Amino acid sequence: MAEQRTIKVDYMARVEGESALDIVIEGDAVKDVKLKIFEPPRFFEALLRGRSFLEAPDITARICGICPVAYQMSAVHAMEDACGVKVTGPLRALRRLLYCGEWIESHVLHIYMLHAPDFLGKHSVVELAAEHPEIIRRGLRLKKTGNEIVGLLGGREIHPINVRVGGFYKIPTKSDFAALAEKLKLARDDALATVSWVSGFQFPDFDQDYEFVCLSHPDEYPYNEGRIVSSRGLDIPVQAFHEHFVEDHVAHSTALHCRLKARGHYKVGPLARYSLNYDKLSPLAKQAAMDAGLGRTCNNPFKSILVRAVEVVYAVDEALRILDTLERPDSPCVEVLPRAGTGFAATEAPRGMLHHTYRLDAEGNIAFAQIIPPTSQNQATIEDDLRHFIAPRLSLPDDQLQWQCEQAVRNYDPCISCSTHFLKLTVERR
Amino acid sequence: MSTMVIGIGNRERADDALGLIAIDRLQREHPAGVEFATARGDVLKVLDLFEGAHKVIMIDAMRSGGTPGQVVRLDVSDVAVKVDLANFASSHTVNLAEAIELARTLGRLPAHLIVYGVEAQDFTLGNGLSPAVAAALEGLLTRVRKEWACTKHG
Repeated sequence: MAEQRTIKVDYMARVEGESALDIVIEGDAVKDVKLKIFEPPRFFEALLRGRSFLEAPDITARICGICPVAYQMSAVHAMEDACGVKVTGPLRALRRLLYCGEWIESHVLHIYMLHAPDFLGKHSVVELAAEHPEIIRRGLRLKKTGNEIVGLLGGREIHPINVRVGGFYKIPTKSDFAALAEKLKLARDDALATVSWVSGFQFPDFDQDYEFVCLSHPDEYPYNEGRIVSSRGLDIPVQAFHEHFVEDHVAHSTALHCRLKARGHYKVGPLARYSLNYDKLSPLAKQAAMDAGLGRTCNNPFKSILVRAVEVVYAVDEALRILDTLERPDSPCVEVLPRAGTGFAATEAPRGMLHHTYRLDAEGNIAFAQIIPPTSQNQATIEDDLRHFIAPRLSLPDDQLQWQCEQAVRNYDPCISCSTHFLKLTVERR
Repeated sequence: MSTMVIGIGNRERADDALGLIAIDRLQREHPAGVEFATARGDVLKVLDLFEGAHKVIMIDAMRSGGTPGQVVRLDVSDVAVKVDLANFASSHTVNLAEAIELARTLGRLPAHLIVYGVEAQDFTLGNGLSPAVAAALEGLLTRVRKEWACTKHG
């Protein structure tokens, strides 16, 4: 009878929300891996039914305190799709600027506070700060710049209130934008220093054969719009999402697992964006990536922290480009009149593609809403990574194995509260 | 140098609203030399709020296995009270204890940092304060008012 080991993490730290990880090992084989999401289902989709289409950005922003902008952006674009309106020009540019703020804020929180301790053998950011206070100060400074973008354009830093279908409620003044640009110029050096710092970490050799899925836009690194593409040839408009993807219930999770009908699980997030959109990065971000030793694609999930750091350089650079060429719009929004129909949108949340679908009646009341967040799309891939990762490392003692498994989960910066529509780890050795 | 009172919590999660409700009440009294702030969601924000403050009083709901409504005062100015602070559970990525210890490590702690924790009963989404926590509110406010009064005279 083979020996059975169970590694059980009942509450996973340094991820957003409540979840657990159970791993069962029998002899020298990995028997079972379950990322259990038990954050209660939150029924946002049911809550939206019967509400006005104009309320969707403010209601869905409440799904997450880390990436509310992503929810707002997917909601406004889907509503505009349903109503046949396209927001262009400076308003479009300002939406992109707002998204830059969220990427900086969310990625920097993840890199410095949540994930770097794993690579440097520390239990928390507090231990890390004790050894390298100047590094953590830099992270806090950089994150603050992201918060300031969201605060300025969004009206406040958490759950912004200035976003609406058709644009914004109020546009900041020219002098506000000029002051922001000055802060971003300083942030650019901090962002480059972040890439250089992270590039010195030790990354396990763990290239995986993923199907990457993300947005792709002809002229820009994707935030708000583009076609849904994959590394295995998928190339569809956001409106065709449900023809190619399906959500399944699994017993061990309150989050639905999303898969490609044709080929099963896939991966969204920074590695997908980077690998499929490298040529759209700014010259500075490309140079930072090359200096860090990254190729044009990256298949090692442990390097996602490095790719996030490159994306922070990009976000700072892009925010500066937008501010440099920005003409303050005459009106804070365009009029969007409701009509009966269905609207679709996907945008690139920091953790990956976030798809929204809404069906509206003629008065603009929401009859149906479906929200597919990045962590639920990645859940099966996280489990798969763990299966492959553990197999050659079975001889490790449970505590080391547990540490490395948690690190592997944090590669995804999982946002568990979003995906339920939190982590405990159990490793059982039989 | 001023006194800053920070309420922490989530208004939509029952007893977790306590810190914010306490700030609503105290702010209306306009005490001289006292500033108020809230931290909802991003606890790291307290590091910025500490800047320039001589004394900071934080109010948050906690779960330590005690009697609901019980008020605990922790002076964390000089000593890390890690065990107690761990009870300020957070579904957020960085919890209150980590934020305070990070501030200490980076030399950003105010001279005096007092944390008031109120033992919570209910964190259910959509519920109001539980009766035990609601009943503790007046007593808590009286104690917090004394904190800034003693700063002024002391």
